[in-house]
Amino acid sequence: MRSLWLQVAAVTAINLKSIGQRRWLSLSTVIAIALVVIVLLAFLAMANGFQRTIAGSGADDIAIVLRAGSQAEINSTVSRDQVRLIEDGPGIARGSDGKPLISPELYLVVDGIKRSTKTKANLPLRGIGEQGTTLRKDIAITAGRMFNRGSNEVVVGKALLREFEGFDVGSTVSFGASRWNVVGVFEAGGSVFESEIWADLNVVQSLFNRNNVVQTVRARLTGPAALNELKSYSDNEPRLKLDVKSEAAYFAEQASQTSDLIQKLGWPLAIAMALGAVAGALNTMYSSVAARATEIATLRAIGFGGFPAFVGTLAESLLLAVIGGLLGAAATYLIFDGVTASTLGGNFTQVVFDFKLSPWLIAEGVALALIVGLIGGLFPAVRAARLPIVEGLYAR
Amino acid sequence: MTAEHPMIRLTGVAKRFTKGKETISIFDHLDLGIPRGDFIAVMGPSGSGKTTLLNLLGGIDRADAGEIAVADQRIDGLSEGELATWRAANIGFIFQFYNLMPMLTAAQNVELPLLLTRLNRKERAERVHTALSVVGLADRTKHRPREMSGGQQQRVAIARAIVSDPNLLLCDEPTGDLDRQSADEILSILQLLNGELGKTIVMVTHDPAAANYAKRVLHLDKGRFVERELAA
Repeated sequence: MRSLWLQVAAVTAINLKSIGQRRWLSLSTVIAIALVVIVLLAFLAMANGFQRTIAGSGADDIAIVLRAGSQAEINSTVSRDQVRLIEDGPGIARGSDGKPLISPELYLVVDGIKRSTKTKANLPLRGIGEQGTTLRKDIAITAGRMFNRGSNEVVVGKALLREFEGFDVGSTVSFGASRWNVVGVFEAGGSVFESEIWADLNVVQSLFNRNNVVQTVRARLTGPAALNELKSYSDNEPRLKLDVKSEAAYFAEQASQTSDLIQKLGWPLAIAMALGAVAGALNTMYSSVAARATEIATLRAIGFGGFPAFVGTLAESLLLAVIGGLLGAAATYLIFDGVTASTLGGNFTQVVFDFKLSPWLIAEGVALALIVGLIGGLFPAVRAARLPIVEGLYAR
Repeated sequence: MTAEHPMIRLTGVAKRFTKGKETISIFDHLDLGIPRGDFIAVMGPSGSGKTTLLNLLGGIDRADAGEIAVADQRIDGLSEGELATWRAANIGFIFQFYNLMPMLTAAQNVELPLLLTRLNRKERAERVHTALSVVGLADRTKHRPREMSGGQQQRVAIARAIVSDPNLLLCDEPTGDLDRQSADEILSILQLLNGELGKTIVMVTHDPAAANYAKRVLHLDKGRFVERELAA
C-alpha cells in the first residue's frame, strides 16, 4: 500500500510539473471553466442578493394582514371595517397611549425613470399609517425630513434614489394627476423598503380615490407566539376573510419566487456552458495523455501500475478545474459582488438589491468546476491507465 | 541454442501482428537460451523483430504462442499486475532516447524504480547515490535532463535501470542517439556491469561497433537466429 501511494504521488507530481509544457491548452481549459463559474455565480449572487434584501425585510413579531388568497400586497384589499376589527383583535401590542400598534397601508404602482437605461419602470408608492415607521426596523431619515401628515409630501428610500432619477430632495414628482414634493430620504437597514416611496396614507387614499380601502394592515404583536391568536381570531370572525402571516414569512415567500426564477435561469445556462467546458477539458486531458504517452509507458515498463497513471491524470484535470473555479469565483467577486441592480419583485414593482456572493455560493461554483474537471479527466485517465506500454514507448 | 539453466529461455515462441486484414508473422516457433551473465547483442535488418523480442523478454508485450521463462520463472502466463511487479524486481530497461522524466532531476529519475520497493527514503537515497556513482554522475544528482548531454542522460538511464539491482538489462539501441565517444562510454559501462556485477544483458543494436562490446552476437533474420561468437 505504501508503495502504491508513493507511485501515485510520484506520477501525480510528474503530471503536475509537466503542465507548463502544455501551458496554452491548459490555460484555455482554466479560462473556459472560470467563465462557467462566473456565469453561475453571477446568477446565484443575484438571487442571493435579492433574497437577502427581501427576506431580511420582515420581522417575526409583525403581522401582515391581506385579503384571503392574495399572493402579494398589490392584489390585496382590506376594508375600513375590517381594519377596525383587526385593531380590536387579540395579540396586538398597544402603545403607551393604549392605541393598537397597527399601520393600514395602501400600495400603489407609479412610474419612475431608471438612471442607467433611461427607461420607465414600476415603483412602489406606499401610503403608511401613523405607526408605519415604528413598525419597521432601522428606519432613519438620512437627508431632509419626514413627510408631514396631511400634505402631499413623500420620502424616498435611498436605494430607489440611487437607481432612479428625479427623486432628489426638493424636487417635485408627478404620479398620475397628482404632484408630490420630495422632502426626505430614508434608509431601512438595506431592506426592500429602501426601494419604496412613502407618503401619508390618508393623502394617498384621497388623491388616488381609494378612500375606504387599504391593501394591507401591519400590526405589532405582543410576541411571535401571538400570531396564532390573531390568525385564529381572523379565521373565526365571519367578517374577516383575511390571511394573517408574520412579516418574515410573507417576505420569505416573496423572495423565494423571484430568486427561484433567477436560479432556474442561472443553473441551466451554467450547465450548458459547463458541457462546453467539459469538451475543452476532455481535449486538454486527451492531449496531455498523448503528450505524456512515452512517460506513462516508461513508468509502466519500470513496474508502475495503471492506477497511479489514472490518478495522476485525474489530479491534473482536477487541479486545472480548481484553478478555473477559484479564478471564476475571484472574478465574480471583483466584478459583481456589491453591484446594485433592480428587478421586478412580487408586487410587480422594482426592488433594488446588491449582488451578494457568500462562501457557500463560492463552494457551489468550485464544486461545479470540480465536476467539469472530474468528467473532463475521467476518460483520459482511463486511457492513461490502459495505454499499451509498447504503443506508448514508441509514440514519439 | 539452449543452456541447462539459462537466464532466458524461449520455447516455440510465436508473435504475429495484424495490419488491416493482413497478418504478419514476426516469429514462428522461436527457441532461444541465454545463460546467466551473458552479454548478447541482437542485430538484424529493420522489421526483423529485434525490438519485439526485447519487449517479449521484458514482459511488456505478449507472445501469441510458446513459453518465455526468465530466471526459471515463466512469465507468459502472468497477469498485467503480476508482470508489473515482476518487471520491477527483475528487469532494467535502457532505451534509445533515454526516456527520462524531463521535469525530474537525475536523482529523482533514478529513484523511480525504488518507489516500488519497501526501502525508506534514506535507503533509497543511498541506492541512488551508488547507482549514479557507478555511471560516473555522482556530482550531477540535481541536474535535470535538459541540463545534460545525450551521453550523460543515457548514463542516468543506466543508473535508473540498475538501481533496483535487476538480473537482466534490456537495452534497445542504447547508443543509437549518441556520438561515437559517448557511445563508447556507454558501452564500456554496460561491459563493466556485465563483467564486474554479473548482469545479463541483451542489447538490440544496428551498430556493429556497439555489437563488438558484447560477448556474443545473434543475428535475427526472417524469424530465426544466426549466432556469431566474439572474442571476450
